[in-house]
Amino acid sequence: MNETFNISSSPHIRAKVTTGNIMFLVLIALMPTTLFGIYNFGVQALGIVFLTVASAVATEYLFERFMGKKITIADGSAAVTGLLLALNLPPTAPWWMCVLGAVFAILVVKQLFGGLGQNFMNPALAARCFLLISFTGRMTTFVYDGVSGATPLAQLKTGESVNTMDMLIGNIAGTIGETSVIAIMIGAMFLLFMGVIDLRIPGTYLITFIVMIVLFSGKGFDLNYLTAQLCGGGLMLGAWFMATDYVTAPITKNGQILYGVCLGVLTGLFRLLGRSAEGVSYAIIISNLLVPLIERVTRPRPFGKGGER
Amino acid sequence: MNKCTERLFNGLIKENPTFVLMLGMCPTLAVTTSAINGLGMGLTTTVVLVMSNMLISMLRKIIPDSARVPSFIVIVASFVTMVQFLLEGFIPSLYDSLGLYIPLIVVNCIILGRAESYASKNPVLPSIFDGLGMGLGFTVGLTAIGMVREIIGSGKIFGWKIMPASYEPITIFVLAPGAFFVLACLVAVQNKVKAAKAKGGQQEAASGCDGSCASCGNGSCGKAVFSVEKQEGK
Repeated sequence: MNETFNISSSPHIRAKVTTGNIMFLVLIALMPTTLFGIYNFGVQALGIVFLTVASAVATEYLFERFMGKKITIADGSAAVTGLLLALNLPPTAPWWMCVLGAVFAILVVKQLFGGLGQNFMNPALAARCFLLISFTGRMTTFVYDGVSGATPLAQLKTGESVNTMDMLIGNIAGTIGETSVIAIMIGAMFLLFMGVIDLRIPGTYLITFIVMIVLFSGKGFDLNYLTAQLCGGGLMLGAWFMATDYVTAPITKNGQILYGVCLGVLTGLFRLLGRSAEGVSYAIIISNLLVPLIERVTRPRPFGKGGER
Repeated sequence: MNKCTERLFNGLIKENPTFVLMLGMCPTLAVTTSAINGLGMGLTTTVVLVMSNMLISMLRKIIPDSARVPSFIVIVASFVTMVQFLLEGFIPSLYDSLGLYIPLIVVNCIILGRAESYASKNPVLPSIFDGLGMGLGFTVGLTAIGMVREIIGSGKIFGWKIMPASYEPITIFVLAPGAFFVLACLVAVQNKVKAAKAKGGQQEAASGCDGSCASCGNGSCGKAVFSVEKQEGK
């Protein structure tokens, strides 16, 4: 019998979950979307995905190398950021835009604020907005099957009718990863099943968004319009994969619900009243900024603490 | 005369208002969309600063202590109004691009700060040079930020196209967020240079630091801050 006793402070029993294997699960969950994007937009999309992931990982490695920090590329968080950014780029994005976006996401948004766990907003989305503001033309010109045209969401905004079935499957113009709702849902179900994410944030987000559309779009409960709004743009990708980012979402349960409501309201406002057709990325990064406040108002009461009687 | 050159050096490098004192951030972030705007704003501020420092220094024995801030503001505002009319008359293009930020020079904290901390306590000639140094330091800061933003954000410098035709300007750099990026990077660079210098022992010699922070009245000493951070790091 072993007579040695190890003395250590709690916790004594730890879960086997690490950043590395969560990120690995997220990467697997993003695979259907990525593969569909490559199938849909051809080999150019593959190039963009590869280049963006590679530059994100390389930026992280080089920065940590030169700053003399621990190299954390093995945990896969940089790869996830790179992949999410690639899925948010149009398939016509030139190579330098991929590199610039990835460097901005990792260097400015993540590493300068202290690395993984310290970034105040989702790096991939911040980089997307950076590119969107800088190269509006390139970021909003979508080519599908050799024809450049408006996204279904933009058509919806101008009052044209859209094919909802195509939007569900993904045979539409858009960024690499946002077109196919089915592929995104496969990944999201996988994450839900593995317990990486739960329904609190995406659920409240989508429900609030539906309420916003029903109340304020002026179309009432028009199922076709509602489905098109839900399937169009980056809403699904954003709700399941980016709003649920552990670092930039609230940790309290009530806070997550409040955060979801906030996202839904902002997305609804941007889509209905905004100048551009899309508002998911801005809604998410603005809500990211509100997270410290949300956490402060929803701080749970310690067990046993008396009421104010 | 030695004191005057010391004042110039102080304003330009040692206490550069943009990069070290972090004063006057409003014009720094708002008007530096191009190098020429930065230069124009810097020089306009310099003129006002030199004149107001001179006059305030002349009147420093007359202005009562209790009414000094309103008096300073009246003096500064008069000079700003004059400069504004001159700009409108002679350089209308600059006047148009600076717009609202010219009258706002009145409340620029560099000007009031120098009046309060230097001109109201020192003779006329050093005060003039203090204003000149601070103003030129501000000009250098603004022009540097403007140049970087103009090159990246529109591929030009002072209006001349210098980047190749295939370069696509990163428009965000001429918008508000770009100002923060560029300012932060330039401050980081100059802090890096300063830190390297301080390690070489040059800064200690310059400020007469005997190594003991307890006897030192200089609260802005980088060394003291550094040692506090080090303790927290443990």
